[in-house]
Amino acid sequence: MSDFNVRADSVNVEQIMEQIRARIREKRGVDYTEQQIRELAAVKLEKFLDPRSVRSDLLEYFRKTPPPPERPNYDFGEDTLFETHRGVVRWFRRLLQPILKLFFNPNPLIQALHIQSRLNTINAERESARHGIDQLYYELIHNLVLETTRAGIEIKNLKMRVESLASRVEFNERRARALESVVVYKSDEERQQRPAAPPAPIPIEGRATQPSAPPASPSTAPTPPAVEGPGQRSRRRRRRRGRRGRGPAAAVMNGENAARPDTPAASEPLSTEDLSTFTGAESHRSETPATPADSDRDSDGEDESQ
Amino acid sequence: MKVAVVVQRYGPDINGGAELHARYIAEHLARHADVEVLTTCATDYVTWRNERPTGVETINGVPVRRFRVKRERDPDGFGRRSEHVFEERHSIRDELAWIDAEGPTSRSLIQFITRRAAEYDYFLFFSYRYYHAYHGARAAAPRAVLVPTAERDEAIGLAIFKPLFRGVRGVMYNSPEERAMIHAVSGNHEVPGIVVGVGSDVPNNPQSNRFRQKYNVRSPFAVYVGRIDQNKGCNELFEFFQGYLRDVSGKLSLILIGNSLLPIPQHPRIRHLGFVDDADKFDAMAAADVLIMPSYFESLSMVALEAWALSKAVLVNGKCDVLKGQCIRSNAGLFYEGYAEFAETLHAIEANRWLAAALGRNGRQFFRESYDWSVIERKYLDMFERLKTEAPKRTMEPLPGWLERRRRHVPAAKDVVANLPVGPADGELRGDARRRA
Repeated sequence: MSDFNVRADSVNVEQIMEQIRARIREKRGVDYTEQQIRELAAVKLEKFLDPRSVRSDLLEYFRKTPPPPERPNYDFGEDTLFETHRGVVRWFRRLLQPILKLFFNPNPLIQALHIQSRLNTINAERESARHGIDQLYYELIHNLVLETTRAGIEIKNLKMRVESLASRVEFNERRARALESVVVYKSDEERQQRPAAPPAPIPIEGRATQPSAPPASPSTAPTPPAVEGPGQRSRRRRRRRGRRGRGPAAAVMNGENAARPDTPAASEPLSTEDLSTFTGAESHRSETPATPADSDRDSDGEDESQ
Repeated sequence: MKVAVVVQRYGPDINGGAELHARYIAEHLARHADVEVLTTCATDYVTWRNERPTGVETINGVPVRRFRVKRERDPDGFGRRSEHVFEERHSIRDELAWIDAEGPTSRSLIQFITRRAAEYDYFLFFSYRYYHAYHGARAAAPRAVLVPTAERDEAIGLAIFKPLFRGVRGVMYNSPEERAMIHAVSGNHEVPGIVVGVGSDVPNNPQSNRFRQKYNVRSPFAVYVGRIDQNKGCNELFEFFQGYLRDVSGKLSLILIGNSLLPIPQHPRIRHLGFVDDADKFDAMAAADVLIMPSYFESLSMVALEAWALSKAVLVNGKCDVLKGQCIRSNAGLFYEGYAEFAETLHAIEANRWLAAALGRNGRQFFRESYDWSVIERKYLDMFERLKTEAPKRTMEPLPGWLERRRRHVPAAKDVVANLPVGPADGELRGDARRRA
C-alpha cells in the first residue's frame, strides 16, 4: 500500500497520484478490462448464472426506453404582454399602458401566466431529473449484473482451488498412512545384534555413485534395495527429521570436520533414499524435490550412526 | 507614494482570509509607501454591525480610518436575493440589490473615496464581491487595483462584476486558477495583472515538543487549522477520517484547531483544541505529520502556505482547483477526490516518512520562491511602477440605463459558473516546480 517507485529526491506529485489511483483500481479488483467484463456479462451469463433469472441484455432494453419528450414552455415576464420587436409600437404600448389599466387590471393575468410559466419550468426540471434517476437505476442494475458475473467466475475459480487443495490433502493423508505402515518397532537388543559397521552406500537404480566413494568391504557388500529392512529406513528418516529443526548437522556436531571436503562425512557418497522413491511423491508437481543440502544432511546422518 | 488599502473589516483580532491578507499587505507595504487603511466599523461578517468607533486609529503602525455601516445585513433577505440571482434569470437591478444586501453598505466610505481619490496614488480593493469593493472601485477606477480573492462560487458568475474586472487599473491574483477563472468570466486579459498571493509571518523555530507537552499529544497526527465549518469541507473530512481510522491500520490522529460551527465526532483519535494563539498554531503545525485542507472553495490557502513554510506536507481536496494546482506546481502536497484517494494518500504520507519529508522540502522551497515577503512586496511595487508608466487601456463601463437595468435577460449565475473552465491552470510557476523536481 505504501511503497512507491519514486526516489526521494525526485518527488512528482502527479506521478504519485497516478500510482495511488492505479493501486485503488487494483484494490477494487479490476482484474479484467472493461471490455472483457462486458463480454463476460454478455456471453458467459449462461455458464455461471441462471439465464432464466438474469438478463444479459438489460442495458440494451433500458436504453430502448425513449426519453421523455421536451415539453413546450414559454418565458413569461411582467413585460411579455407588451413585448414587440418594433420599438415604436413598444413605446406606444408603454405610453398607453396607464390608459389600458383604466379599463381592466392586467396584473392578475400577468401574475397567473408568470406562475404557470414557472410551474412548467419546475415540472420540466422534475421530469428531466426523474429521467436522470431512472438512467442511474439502469446503470446500477447493469453494474450489478456485471459484478454478479464476476463474482460467479471467482466462485468457480475458488471451487477449483478448493478441489485442488482437497486432492492434495487426500494425497498427503495417503502418504502419511503409507509411512506409518512401514515403521516397525525394534528393541535395543535387536539393534545391537546387527553388525556395528555402517551400511554401505546402497546404489539406487538410476542414481550415480560418486567417484570418490570408498569401495565397500565384502562384509558390507551392496545388496539390492529390497534387502534393506524398513526399520533402517525409518531410523534414518527419524534422524534426518530431528536434525532438520536444528540447522546444519556439521555446525551442531562437528563443524570443522564437516567443513572439510576430505573428511569421510563430506566425501560420503549419496546413500540416502528419497521418500519419493517408494511413496511416489515425486510424481506430484507440488512436491519439492530433495535438495543437495538435504542429501548432505542425510550423509551426516550416516556418520552419526557410526 | 500614497496607497489606500480598502477592506471590509480590519483589525488584529480579525482572522478572516481576505482581511488577514489585507492586513499583512498593508503592514508590509507600509515599509515602502505611505499606507492608510479604509474600512468599516464592523467586526462581524454576518451582520456588519458597527462595533468599532469611527475615525482614525493606528494598528501596528498603519493608520486605519473607519466608516459606519449604514444598515446591518438581513441574512434572510440576502439569502432570498442570492437564490434569485444565482438560480434564476434576473436583471442587473436584481444584482445591484444583491450587492446592497451583501454589504457592508457604507455610503460614507464610498463618498470618502469619491471625494478624496486624488489624494491617493492607488487604492487596493480587497474582495470583489462586497459592497465597498464594487462601488469603491467604480468611484476611483483610474487608481483602483483589485485583489479579488475570488473563489469558484456563484458570485463570480454575476454580470455586474464583469465591467469591474475589465475597468480597474490592475488585478493582483492569488493563483493562476483564479486568474484563469476571471479571464474566462470577464475577458479582462488586457488589464495588467499578476499572480501574487500573500506571504506569512511564520516563526523561525516553532517548538513542536512544547505543543506536544502542553496538549498532551503523543501520537503522530494530522492537523486541520481554520474555521470548522461545512463550507470548509469539514463534514467530509470527519467522514473520511473516521473511515480511515476504521479501514487503515495506522497511528495517525486528527487534531482540529479553530472555532467550530459543527459538532465534532466523538472519537479518541479526533481532538478539537478550539481557537489557539499563533504560537500554538505554528507549534502544532510543526509537530504535525501532515496538514489537511478539505475546503472546496479557496482562492489561496494561507494555512497550506504556512505548512509549506514549516516544511510540512499537505493533503488537500482535489476538487478545489486552486489547492490542487498549488500541490502540482509545488510538488509539495497530495490531493484526493474521494474517500479511496483520501485513505490512500493519507496512508502514503503516514507510512512513508521520506515522502512526507520530500513533500515538505519542496513546499518550503516553493514558499521561499513564490511567497516570501520580499517576493510579494517586490511584485506589488513592480505593479505600481508599471501602472505609473502605462496609460489605462480601458475605462470603467457605466451602468446600463434605467430600462436596461430592469430587463430580465441575465442568466443565472450558477449557469455561468458551470460553463467556466475547470482544473488546475498551467501557471508560470509550474515550470519552476518541474525543474526543481
